Amino acid sequence: MAPSLRACSSAGRSGSSSEKMAIGENIQLLVDRPDGTYCFRLHRDRVYYVSEKLLKVATSVPRDSLVALGTCFGKFTKTQKFRLSVTALDFLAPYAKYKVWVKPGSEQSFLYGNHVLKSGLGRITENTAQYQGVVVYSMADVPLGFGVAAKSTQDCRKVDPMAIVVFHQADVGEYVRSEDTLT
Amino acid sequence: MGRKLDPARKEKRGPGRKARKQRGAEVELARFLPPGEPSPAPRRPGSAVPGSLCVNSLVVHNSLTVILPAEPLDLHIIHQRIKGNMEVLQNFGVKREEGRTRQEYLALLRRDMAAYYSYSDFLLKKLMDIFPLPELINFLEANEVPRPVTIRTNTLKTRRRDLAQALINRGVNLDPLGKWSKTGLVIYDSSVPIGATPEYLAGHYMLQGASSLLPVMALAPQENERILDMCCAPGGKTSYIAQLMKNTGMILANDSNAERLRSVVGNLHRLGVTNAVVSNCDGRQFPKVLGGFDRVLLDAPCSGTGVISKDPAVKTSKDEKDILRCAHLQKELILSAIDSVNAASETGGYIVYCTCSITVEENEWVVDYALKKRNVRLVATGLNFGKEGFTRFKDRRFHPSLKSTRRFYPHTHNMDGFFIAKFKKFSNAIPKAQKGSTSSAELSLWVPPVAPFSLLSDEEPAVEAASPLPVPDTIVEPQSKKKKLEGSKVAKGQKKPQSALKKRRSLQAQHRPVKAGRPSPRMLCARVPTRKKSRMNQNEQ
Repeated sequence: MAPSLRACSSAGRSGSSSEKMAIGENIQLLVDRPDGTYCFRLHRDRVYYVSEKLLKVATSVPRDSLVALGTCFGKFTKTQKFRLSVTALDFLAPYAKYKVWVKPGSEQSFLYGNHVLKSGLGRITENTAQYQGVVVYSMADVPLGFGVAAKSTQDCRKVDPMAIVVFHQADVGEYVRSEDTLT
Repeated sequence: MGRKLDPARKEKRGPGRKARKQRGAEVELARFLPPGEPSPAPRRPGSAVPGSLCVNSLVVHNSLTVILPAEPLDLHIIHQRIKGNMEVLQNFGVKREEGRTRQEYLALLRRDMAAYYSYSDFLLKKLMDIFPLPELINFLEANEVPRPVTIRTNTLKTRRRDLAQALINRGVNLDPLGKWSKTGLVIYDSSVPIGATPEYLAGHYMLQGASSLLPVMALAPQENERILDMCCAPGGKTSYIAQLMKNTGMILANDSNAERLRSVVGNLHRLGVTNAVVSNCDGRQFPKVLGGFDRVLLDAPCSGTGVISKDPAVKTSKDEKDILRCAHLQKELILSAIDSVNAASETGGYIVYCTCSITVEENEWVVDYALKKRNVRLVATGLNFGKEGFTRFKDRRFHPSLKSTRRFYPHTHNMDGFFIAKFKKFSNAIPKAQKGSTSSAELSLWVPPVAPFSLLSDEEPAVEAASPLPVPDTIVEPQSKKKKLEGSKVAKGQKKPQSALKKRRSLQAQHRPVKAGRPSPRMLCARVPTRKKSRMNQNEQ
């Protein structure tokens, strides 16, 4: 019988996702923390980021009745692809290397699940490459979600206002829109 | 023409056509209803005319009972009659009609109020027992208006001042909740939906009733503690606990309803709570799943008589059985909550019990039961407002320390009706049930609904069902009760001296309580398979 909480080996299924998720090698900082040992655990195809202290407690809860622990980072799909979920935003945002700020007017649009258009783009980190994972902020520096840069910073300057600059991946609006599928 | 325009002359005019018409209408009305005077004020002070309104009202009532089914009640008349009778009842010696008893007045008043506010007769009777009459009216009126929308700042992510500023910029009109809360804000009106602003989505605040802040404040969680929230959905209190602990220590957030746990997980993630484990167990299993907590918050499932303004269905849908069923579940839950706490904890050892119900059966009674059953005492909740709990209620006498529990009402505190009790556990030992009679009487409340089933099934459960009756079945009885309460903790050796038959019986009884515990409101259907199983066991034997 498999242990109830399996460790995600870093070379395993979730390995390459750290590159995609906009924080790159900063993922090291998530595991080596001064305030205790933190780790990633797989439970029911979801990856949870949890302190070891909490993990010990969670082991006493029957696996069937354990719903969540710590912070959910994402899930493996039925085809074994890893999807980051918006619940990981709290940990991605502080370590994000590439950021995009959206104007107040198009904040709402992004929170409804739409891509960010050039017209709504407030700022963007220099040297963002095309298809780089980025964290999306409001102009007041509140993290709103994350996505993938559709254009590099250079190209963003040239495109017309209605062109998409960031593909939407996840936004905090999902807490309301799809609360049922978060877990 | 000039006469019409001059206001002075207009006033001097005698009863004109309109006034005559009006009087005609009144006369006509009076023919159907014996004169229910709409403005009885001038006659009242003298009270020379004996109880003008109340006489009428009682008569009206008598005649109305006949008419009732045919034509719809005039709510205005009923309202007048309620007011009149209230006044009479407050000065009964002087204002009553000769030959009418207080009971008659009260019965009429109750029926009127039930009709006017559309409550079931049962619930209104319960409320009348709790509140004195003028307060009752206030309570019923307060249930008709919604409570103010309140939010709690998530101090894990922002400060109240920043949040208030951000919301004001979005066109929200707000104020601090009160002196007792450092994180609450009350929303007067808003041009944007308050549950979907970017600040809400970013987890800067939680929509939460003012009353649900109180149990957490009473719990007063400290940093680095282990805390159990037994019935956590939808996660408002849980996240408040995490916020007070600054995301240290650990919280086990449990709820028995998997559907409602989705919102818990969503809320905890949105608010950035990282020290919580969410589980989906039955609260009654609790010391078995995990114990040794520093503090436990038990926000017990209840009949919801304190939140009628939120859910008006409570007015008519609850009856005696529902309330006793809740009370039984609450008694089971409170015992497992107490058992899950470690009395030797350096910082804690506290249990907070709260319900959003105001009936005595679900509150004082449950607390009193816990005091008898476990080594706990009541301590001050640390809330400097709210009303004291009852120490005596009708023919019941509770432990005097119930004064330190707190009750909150919609009409006095403008928050949902709430009850909060805080226990301190002083010993991990479980006292032996010395008074078998009282305990069985209290638990047996629950037996009648079960009895028919068990009588149907086999003779063995029938013995069980009969046991709560006053017939003293001394040897088996207390043990089975104790089993019911503490699950597996009783030493097996105790049973040795008994005969084989008795042993078998008590073993049966050991299975039985689980069954008896089952028929909680939503588990009625789940009971059938269990019964089958036990019957199978019997066949094996």
